[in-house]
Amino acid sequence: MINQLSWKVGGQQGEGIESTGEIFSIALNRLGYYLYGYRHFSSRIKGGHTNNKIRVSTTQVRSISDDLDILVAFDQETVDLNYKELHDNGIIIADAKFNPAQPEDTNATLYAVPFTEIATELGTSLMKNMVAVGATCAVLDLDINVFREVVQEIFGKKGQQVVDKNMEAVKAGFDHMKAELAENAVMHLEKADGNKRLFMIGNDAIALGALAGGCRFMAAYPITPASEIMEYLIQKLPALGGTVIQTEDEIAAATMAIGANYAGVRALTASAGPGLSLKMEAIGLSGITEQPLVIVDTQRGGPSTGLPTKQEQSDLMAMIYGTHGEIPKIVMAPSTVQEAFYDTAEAFNLAEEYQCPVIVLSDLQLSLGKQTVEPLDYSKIEIRRGKLQQDELPEIENKGYFKRYEVTEDGVSPRVIPGMKNGIHHVTGVEHDETGKPSESALNRNAQMDKRFRKIENLKFNTPVYKNAPHQEPDLLIVGFNSTRGAIEEAITRLEQDGLKVNHAHIRLIHPFPTDEMLPLVQSAKNVLVVENNATGQLANILKMNVGHANKVKNHLKYDGNPFLPHEIYTKSKELF
Amino acid sequence: MATFKDFRNNVKPNWCPGCGDFSVQAAIQRAAANVGLEPENLAVVSGIGCSGRISGYINSYGFHGIHGRSLPIAQGVKMANRDLTVIASGGDGDGFAIGMGHTIHAIRRNVDITYIVMDNQIYGLTKGQTSPRSAAGFKTKSTPSGSVEQPISPMEMALTAGATFVAQSFSTDLKDLTALIEAGIKHKGFSLINVFSPCVTYNKVNTYDWFKENLTKLADIEGYDPSSREQAMQTLMKHDGLVTGLIYQNTERPSYQEMLPGYSETPLSQADLQIDEAHFEKLVAEFM
Repeated sequence: MINQLSWKVGGQQGEGIESTGEIFSIALNRLGYYLYGYRHFSSRIKGGHTNNKIRVSTTQVRSISDDLDILVAFDQETVDLNYKELHDNGIIIADAKFNPAQPEDTNATLYAVPFTEIATELGTSLMKNMVAVGATCAVLDLDINVFREVVQEIFGKKGQQVVDKNMEAVKAGFDHMKAELAENAVMHLEKADGNKRLFMIGNDAIALGALAGGCRFMAAYPITPASEIMEYLIQKLPALGGTVIQTEDEIAAATMAIGANYAGVRALTASAGPGLSLKMEAIGLSGITEQPLVIVDTQRGGPSTGLPTKQEQSDLMAMIYGTHGEIPKIVMAPSTVQEAFYDTAEAFNLAEEYQCPVIVLSDLQLSLGKQTVEPLDYSKIEIRRGKLQQDELPEIENKGYFKRYEVTEDGVSPRVIPGMKNGIHHVTGVEHDETGKPSESALNRNAQMDKRFRKIENLKFNTPVYKNAPHQEPDLLIVGFNSTRGAIEEAITRLEQDGLKVNHAHIRLIHPFPTDEMLPLVQSAKNVLVVENNATGQLANILKMNVGHANKVKNHLKYDGNPFLPHEIYTKSKELF
Repeated sequence: MATFKDFRNNVKPNWCPGCGDFSVQAAIQRAAANVGLEPENLAVVSGIGCSGRISGYINSYGFHGIHGRSLPIAQGVKMANRDLTVIASGGDGDGFAIGMGHTIHAIRRNVDITYIVMDNQIYGLTKGQTSPRSAAGFKTKSTPSGSVEQPISPMEMALTAGATFVAQSFSTDLKDLTALIEAGIKHKGFSLINVFSPCVTYNKVNTYDWFKENLTKLADIEGYDPSSREQAMQTLMKHDGLVTGLIYQNTERPSYQEMLPGYSETPLSQADLQIDEAHFEKLVAEFM
């Protein structure tokens, strides 16, 4: 019996690799397994190698696994590129159509199954994916009927005959594999708990979090890996009276969202690095005019077009310091899909309470990695609108303007939206006085700058650092942000098995930096390893800048476009001792 | 009911004496009163440049944004509150150079706002460089040998981009300009009004006198029909774009907001921010 398994399906892009993985995962998720899927894909639509690696476990997993149990290959390239991940008892199930060659330097066993031939005999070669799913079932000794429900949902609208044919394909694949497979090659997976859970990507959670957080308008421009957010919201917002505008460019997206926020709607924009570069001037405008703005940045490989479909975490400094001049800003970095949901909803509260831009930082692995998620609790979502004036305002004498930028103790000024009587004021990106009128006076400049920065001095943020720190004096503290959490957790489990005392801190509030939380963790640790997907150690630098201890802080960097694997972090950590 | 005086505030414009923008400011204030607006129901969004300051000189909600981006901000405001009257404004550099991408797309999107361009064919606030509206051969600090680029024809451009309301005026024609702004505000969709607003400091070619000599009023052209896009285009080409009046209006095409499925008929800014539990559960169930 095994309690987890890693399965990968690969072939040419546009060949249905994604749907094969999808059907397999949804069915297993419904059985109560925890799934974690990561797609390797390229910036093209047809052709080019693609694969979908899916981990199945009886406990929560948030990382791709180090090795592989089963590789389903639709072409020789898939075998050649991926067989090295297979462990000794691993299995390759390859389409007999391309006469697959068994790689020499592996103990994994290759089985050639006529996916295409069986599918063609049943009616259409398109069903080769279903044959592959059936063959996988045989290896796992799963009842093929677990797929019936999913197949019904996906193909039901094409008629019962299509459903039946697809199930026949699953059965044919199962039967063929069963006959070929050695009895001891069967991988018996422990039974799952059967509990209902969600299966979603981080972008789904971000979009759903936006809806739950009261977002009713989005302006966005398509970009990988952020587009799913706008695609989801355009489906769901009309039922709530709202909409999404696909703008002409990224600048329009940001400024339109600012306009909508100014006029009282919770509005969102989302993009990736190239889009964020273009939005920077608008982010500055949101900062100086104190208009709420929520921006999602799904990081990918940069700079410029960089590695558009690959994992990276290199926008960190740009998100904190980007835009010319200086503004108060909040940068948050959810590390799990659940957090992406709750944090995005909360971002809209913070944007209104602190009247500043709030960047929800994600990365490709978190945004696109499809995984099992415990049920989301809507009752935990609250709506807080800060100093938004919703009652009638007193009359202002002599055409005076409302003090929209009143210098207050906490720095936050009362906010009114257009349409409100007696609330007229001016908004400008030029430095301005308390009523919004341009002013270049040095005294006023200081008063307004200080007021704006005062806002976030005492920022209230729930759990700025996710901590798993059971040790008073650990040998090692591992620090990360966004999607590296799962791989770090698994590395720590192994390090602890080796007798090392390891604490984990995952930073969820990047800016303003949670120095008070991080300082004692760094102080008490003998070593600190900062794990991040970039080449210059941006998080490590921010950590050193805020808490010092520069000689203690070591980097573990990866910028080849691929997510961290648990064993890499384990090995790097061991090198410190 | 508000009068045009209610749309005046107590800020003194920093425009040069004689600047065409003063009249545009007055025309907006008059038009707003004439269509029956109250100051709090008007939002003026402007770009950067001399003319961009206009949002601070009108007693209404005003948003002075970033260079070239008045239109996306204004569209965002209107999407958030369809009951507001939204006027976007700025100069020819703002709308036809750095912000041209937004201008074309705002035109084809047809959100119900009015865009007033103060066209002085020069960059004034940066002290006299060429603009996308400067004539070929025009000498400025950035084109000392004369501009070798062709000027943009904004009215023809608007027609080809699918505009539903295209008008042009001259800042001294206060009455005509006010009437055009009123018509633009009432138009259900995007209205573009280009106003020749001379720069008395840096443009010594396109002066008040020059415009008086070269402009043709469409009202003086017999049989001119602003519902004909073809006639509009021909007339613009014949007069090298130097016409004033309502050039084209399509009253049949609904505005962007009217065509959106599900879009709130009341201001979105008043929408309930909560989702009912059953609705949320339904959304979540799609991920099971």
